[in-house]
Amino acid sequence: MDGLNIPLNHILLLSSLLFCIGMLGLMIRRNIIFILMSLEVMLNAAALAFVAAGAYWGQPDGQVVFLLILSVAAAEVAVGLGLVLQVQRRFKSLDMDSANRMRG
Amino acid sequence: MREIIWLVPLIPLLSSLALMLGSASFSRWIIGGLGAGSVGLAALLTLLSGIDFLAQPQPYQTTLWTWMQVANFSASISFYFDGLTLVMMSVITGVGFLIHLFSTEFMQEDASYARYFAYLNMFVAAMLILVMADNLLLLYLGWEGVGVCSYLLVGFWYQNSANGQAARKAFVVTRIGDTAMALGLFLLFTSLGTLDIQQMVVEANNLWLVGDMLPVVACLLLLGGAVGKSAQLPLHTWLPDAMAGPTPVSALIHAATMVTAGVYLIARTHGLFLLAPSAMMVVAVLGIATSLMAAFTALMQSDIKRILAYSTISQIGYMFLALGVGAWTAGIFHLMTHAFFKALLFLGSGAIIHCLHHEHNIFKMGGLRSKMPVTFWSFMIGSAALAALPFTAGFFSKDQILLQAYQLPEYGIWLWLAGLLGALLTAIYSFRLVFVVFYGKANTQPDKEVGWRMAMPLSALCLLSLIGGYFIIPVQDVFPEALHGHPAHWVEYISISVPLIGVAVAYLLFYSKRLNINPLVQSAVGSKLGEFWRIGWAVDRLYDGLFVRPYYAVSALLKSESVDGFYALVVSVNQCVNRWLSQSQNGQMRWYLVSMVAGLILLLTLALQISPEAS
Amino acid sequence: MLEIIFFYLAATIALIATALAMTRANAIHALIYLIVSLLAVAVIFFLIGAPFAAALEIVIYAGAIMVLFVFVIMMLNLGKEGDARERQWMQPRIWAGPVLLSLVLFAELLYMIANIEGSLSHPAVTAKEVGLSLFGPYVLAVEIAAMLLLAGLVGSYHLGRRYLERGE
Repeated sequence: MDGLNIPLNHILLLSSLLFCIGMLGLMIRRNIIFILMSLEVMLNAAALAFVAAGAYWGQPDGQVVFLLILSVAAAEVAVGLGLVLQVQRRFKSLDMDSANRMRG
Repeated sequence: MREIIWLVPLIPLLSSLALMLGSASFSRWIIGGLGAGSVGLAALLTLLSGIDFLAQPQPYQTTLWTWMQVANFSASISFYFDGLTLVMMSVITGVGFLIHLFSTEFMQEDASYARYFAYLNMFVAAMLILVMADNLLLLYLGWEGVGVCSYLLVGFWYQNSANGQAARKAFVVTRIGDTAMALGLFLLFTSLGTLDIQQMVVEANNLWLVGDMLPVVACLLLLGGAVGKSAQLPLHTWLPDAMAGPTPVSALIHAATMVTAGVYLIARTHGLFLLAPSAMMVVAVLGIATSLMAAFTALMQSDIKRILAYSTISQIGYMFLALGVGAWTAGIFHLMTHAFFKALLFLGSGAIIHCLHHEHNIFKMGGLRSKMPVTFWSFMIGSAALAALPFTAGFFSKDQILLQAYQLPEYGIWLWLAGLLGALLTAIYSFRLVFVVFYGKANTQPDKEVGWRMAMPLSALCLLSLIGGYFIIPVQDVFPEALHGHPAHWVEYISISVPLIGVAVAYLLFYSKRLNINPLVQSAVGSKLGEFWRIGWAVDRLYDGLFVRPYYAVSALLKSESVDGFYALVVSVNQCVNRWLSQSQNGQMRWYLVSMVAGLILLLTLALQISPEAS
Repeated sequence: MLEIIFFYLAATIALIATALAMTRANAIHALIYLIVSLLAVAVIFFLIGAPFAAALEIVIYAGAIMVLFVFVIMMLNLGKEGDARERQWMQPRIWAGPVLLSLVLFAELLYMIANIEGSLSHPAVTAKEVGLSLFGPYVLAVEIAAMLLLAGLVGSYHLGRRYLERGE
């Protein structure tokens, strides 16, 4: 892959854009499934930034952190989807706003 | 025998503990036997070690164990035994035993018989620790111990709230003095590095010169403690009220032993006071002023116990005068004789009160001479000794004090004159008591006569009051030589004749009624002055206005928690913000997310502002 | 040159697929778009010299995690009325604020990365290097990740078990 000249800031720009889209989805969706998806997108965007930085320096650290993010995402999805099932059972709805009993 | 002196305080202490813990299962005979017997045993041991000491008059010190040891500070439970200790121990255990014996009959009818003896025994133990202590810390332990026992016994009949009030007053007022004394202890330790009394005096003589500032301050602080405990001006107000306790308690604690602890303290630390002549001057002036004030007050009292209480204050004033002029031996001698005759007077008044349905007012008595002969003779001898009539115990001690005061250069003559005035007043008020109570028309009939357990202590104390003046107390090795030389004979004659004049005045006023002072008493100035003396020179009223009422005013002000207003403001601001913020806590997850993102943006903006390499 | 074209192509696909995924009413459709997006990112990983990461992205992200989503969506059995409700929820009124916030955040990120110079010119980082690094200096992080996964396992087991018990 020598001579490949992808500018670093373009990758980072892509990463930021993905992050912002994920965040936007997080804020506007009410369905818990979509919220979890948005979280995945955001995590993925962050992972992309890490891998790009690792590649820029030619070091494996970026991919190590990607692996850690992957395990975090896996754990989060496992627990999150379990919660989705619980919410569906309790409130007969996946609407985030219906699960608002924990108010101050 | 002196090796066993540690048993002397231990026996009453054990007896007290036994009475506290096992009183429910004891019969009255066992309680009385234990209470009086333990003190009797202590008196016997004191007698044995005293005989041993007189054969071989060397101070003896014994360390039982180390109390506490922190860095270079160490205090031990150790006793010091010399002539002064022996005198004090003899008075405490001897007079104490007689009073305990008297109490077994006096308190016979009381429901809390065991509690009474438990407190009284604990008092004896604490007082013995006080006088036997080798260091000032242990002395302070005993000092506070007797304070607690005094509190418990003054408020012994706690069902009456006035008694509790009196107990609290006694405790709080003496606490003022005790605080001063504690400060004195701290000062002495920081400057001398030890609290051991003997060592301290040696150190002080090495470090300080006569007239230095530090010994004066230390001595004045110690004097503060002594003034509180011994009911001298300006902390004397608790003693008349302390008469709320049972009469034998007044005899033991508030006449014979505890109130003389201040005298003992000053005598014990006389090595320090000798370095501070100005402090000694203060002691003498305070003593004589208290003595006169109390004597005037005693003239106008009608409660038999209050007369005796004021007379106690007055006599302790004499002891302070003696200490202040350097007549250490005379002061301790007067302490001893005073313990004899004042205990006698108090027990005698106790017998009267016991037989006259708890009557305290002397004007409701009268004509008791033939009905209560034992009590009459006790009172007669006690009053004679108190008034210092020739050849009684009080005569020898008071005479010594007055003569030594006279020999002091410069102001000695004034102290002597004031002392004479006090002696005159003493004779008048003590025989006023005798004439009013035992002569004249009988107003109240006694319903019983004293039993042997009351009569025996009275007789023993009568004997001691008569011959006590011939005792020679073994303190010549403890104190420096008293002033020598003899004053002119006329001084002595005047000193002897003044009490006789006083008795004569009392006779004319209260017995034959030849001398009529009614116009004087009833005149505007006379009645005002009499009333002023009767209420104790309005000191109580003064303190009430000066301390108690302002304190109540401040506490009433603080009752509405005005200081807390500021903190309440903090609370209400918090609650307000909380109400405001809790609206944002609406359970809407997306709202939280939006806030989080907004916060993230804020933080990012700040980070961009702060970090220079980011731009 | 081909790689550069591939990169921009993949980036475009990723952005569009993600944007579509975020706006779909039907969950399965959104999921498919999301998988497309992840695959595009995997291509980018491959292009920038991280083949190991690219493989993991496909196997675990696009494979395992997304399949998990699919299973759950199937269990929930959402149906047509769910889609209608989703459409109803997505009003411009709800859009406006979050879009503004996202734009602000994006602007700031843009400002931060604008000055970054340089391009990727190093040879690819192989799986061997990653493995050596993982079990060398990062071994503690591996341990922590293991514990995290264990916690996720226990948590999801607990939540799911109670769902089954009560559901029956």
